[in-house]
Amino acid sequence: MPKLGESVVEGKIGRWLKQVGDAVREFEPLLEVETDKVTTEVTATVAGTLLQVLHADGAVVAVDTPIAVIGPAGAEIAQAPAPAETHSRTVETVQSRSPLAARATGQSWVSPVVGRMAAEHGIDVATVVGTGEGGRVTKKDVLAFIETRGVAPAPVELAAWEQPGTGELFRPSEEQPGTPVTAAPDVSQTAGETIPLSAMRRAIAEHMLRSVSTSPHVTTVFDVDLSRVAAHRQANKAVFERDGANLTYTPYFVAAIVAGLKKHPSVNASWADNAVRLHKAVNVGVAVALGEDGLIVPVIRNADALNLLGLARAINDLGERARRRQLKPDETQGGTFTLTNHGASGSLFATPIINQPQCAILAAGKIEKRVVVVTRDGVDSIAIKTMCFIGLTFDHRMLDGAGADAFMSTVKAALEGWA
Amino acid sequence: MADKTLIEGIREALDEEMARDPRVFVVGTDIGPRGGVFLATQGLYAKYGPKRIIDAPLAESSIVGIGIGAAMHGLRPVCEIQFADFIHPAYNQIANEAARMYYRTGGQYPVPMVIRAPYGGGVGGGLYHSQSIEATFAHVPGIKVVVPSTPADAKGLLKSAIRDGNPVLYLEPKKGYRMIKGEIPTGDYTTPIGVARVSRAGADLSIFAYGMMHHFALQAAMEAAALGIDAEVVDLRSLSPLDTEAVLASVRKTGKALIVYEDNKFVGYGAELAALISEEAFQSLDAPIVRVAGPDAPAAPYSHPLQDYFMVNTKTILAGIRKLAAY
Repeated sequence: MPKLGESVVEGKIGRWLKQVGDAVREFEPLLEVETDKVTTEVTATVAGTLLQVLHADGAVVAVDTPIAVIGPAGAEIAQAPAPAETHSRTVETVQSRSPLAARATGQSWVSPVVGRMAAEHGIDVATVVGTGEGGRVTKKDVLAFIETRGVAPAPVELAAWEQPGTGELFRPSEEQPGTPVTAAPDVSQTAGETIPLSAMRRAIAEHMLRSVSTSPHVTTVFDVDLSRVAAHRQANKAVFERDGANLTYTPYFVAAIVAGLKKHPSVNASWADNAVRLHKAVNVGVAVALGEDGLIVPVIRNADALNLLGLARAINDLGERARRRQLKPDETQGGTFTLTNHGASGSLFATPIINQPQCAILAAGKIEKRVVVVTRDGVDSIAIKTMCFIGLTFDHRMLDGAGADAFMSTVKAALEGWA
Repeated sequence: MADKTLIEGIREALDEEMARDPRVFVVGTDIGPRGGVFLATQGLYAKYGPKRIIDAPLAESSIVGIGIGAAMHGLRPVCEIQFADFIHPAYNQIANEAARMYYRTGGQYPVPMVIRAPYGGGVGGGLYHSQSIEATFAHVPGIKVVVPSTPADAKGLLKSAIRDGNPVLYLEPKKGYRMIKGEIPTGDYTTPIGVARVSRAGADLSIFAYGMMHHFALQAAMEAAALGIDAEVVDLRSLSPLDTEAVLASVRKTGKALIVYEDNKFVGYGAELAALISEEAFQSLDAPIVRVAGPDAPAAPYSHPLQDYFMVNTKTILAGIRKLAAY
């Protein structure tokens, strides 16, 4: 299992593109691997015949673990993929002379010290949870096992007011004669369907839960007049089309965000162990919905170096590849701020969850024509304007309301004054 | 106390021992008015004169031979081999004569001499100025082999070597001459030969190293600490005699051994350490013994990029640490 990105520690076997017995060329796509965020094709590291597939579709495999054996056609394969005993090579590792790599790991083998300690303490090693390479039981695991084994939690003396009372009066109602016993309905037993979590759904669940339990979320909402942006977009759509870019509202929002982040660096920040880290780079993530599968946030790196055309192209490219599940894992990393276009699905305003460890996320609502009151030269009149609510959810540990609103005012001014 | 360099520790030891004991003299190439190519004897010629700071011809066998004869007759010679790479012509004098004399004469002729030799690469020295020679000489019974890795030990070990009644090969990590700095205690002190030092206590694995590699191993251990790996580092200091108890005690504690040496791996000094550990501490091992050592190539390349690849460094040691810790 190759390391598919800086922070990627495991991958899920998606689909084998080659079957056992197929001839493979070096660098030929072998299988698809799903990581938290994206699906990537993994290519063969050597030429030969695919002799053995070690993990079934859907298996989650740690990085650097062998997943298949490629060798000369007809070569014998030992039960375990032991490179020394066959002429085949594992996909990910050429035969290594390192003693660490050469040792087939597993529960069947114990190190000398583990064997000795297990014998001394009468421990069945199979009952110890291994945390070493390939799940090997290490000396530390045995020490931890000895330390915790057989030690029942000390009985806690309950305070008088916590002791259950005795007598008829204090008897729990369900024990009283004649009271029908009703158990809470077990939802897992009712009719329905249990859907196993995809890698993406699991990652989203973990991230969202971690974010809300990490940051005190506060949301502030502004109403923005997008009339000038709409006019500009209308006037330039065809020109952009000629340059190969589909001009949506998103690049305008990103450009306005960049202006805001430049003027208010405290928003282009993240929480770092009791310190606030202000970022030099302006890397704006743009949430892309992937239907029922979930969502993904590709990152426009150095967004401040791009003009409107550059932003439009980057957004088109990242969005397109996100929908085709072709993003590279690193393209979803390193964001310093995030934009979510919930308005695309008709939502007026929303309170999104912060993309950790960033300081804030901007939510753009539905863009629609609304009746608003405009005041010109002291005269109020009613006008039809292209309006949009934009919300900013920010981490109140790092940023206060005034700072957030100052940032939003800059974004609003950039959008309303678009020229 | 101001930090001093490793070469200053050596110079101070020579100076103080010569002042303390009139039997001590130094013989070697370019060590007189020139002060030695690495300036280990700088200023000593002016202070002690040509009879005690002797400029020798470019003939290593003769330099060591002079030392053996003088030692057998009551003097305390310190022979300087300009680069350890050039010690090989003197191998016969060292192994056949110096190391065996006391044994051969039934204790009549001890050979209390020191042979100093700068060793090791990473200094752009190429083939003839980069070699590690400790394995060859540690193999020979009858001669002690020591390698300091700090300025304080450089001074203390050299004083011990000069005062020792046996021939002592004193190897100097020349890359660290000016790079390694540290405090040197004031006053007369010695560092005992045959005693290793735990330079960093740790629980997860033991690193054994000496000389320049000890310096790098300590740095790698600090970096590993930032990754949550608690490595113990043992500076062997004395390769022969080896402080076996210190080595075994550390392995018995951590269960994992990483041996680092700059010399090429095959039949290097680390092979002996690995053998010792597996013989004496097998039941304490929780992982294979791992060696991080130089490639089995004939010599250090001169090209700098190739030299960088060739040399064991903090990065390669850290990689070894991470792999062993994860095992």
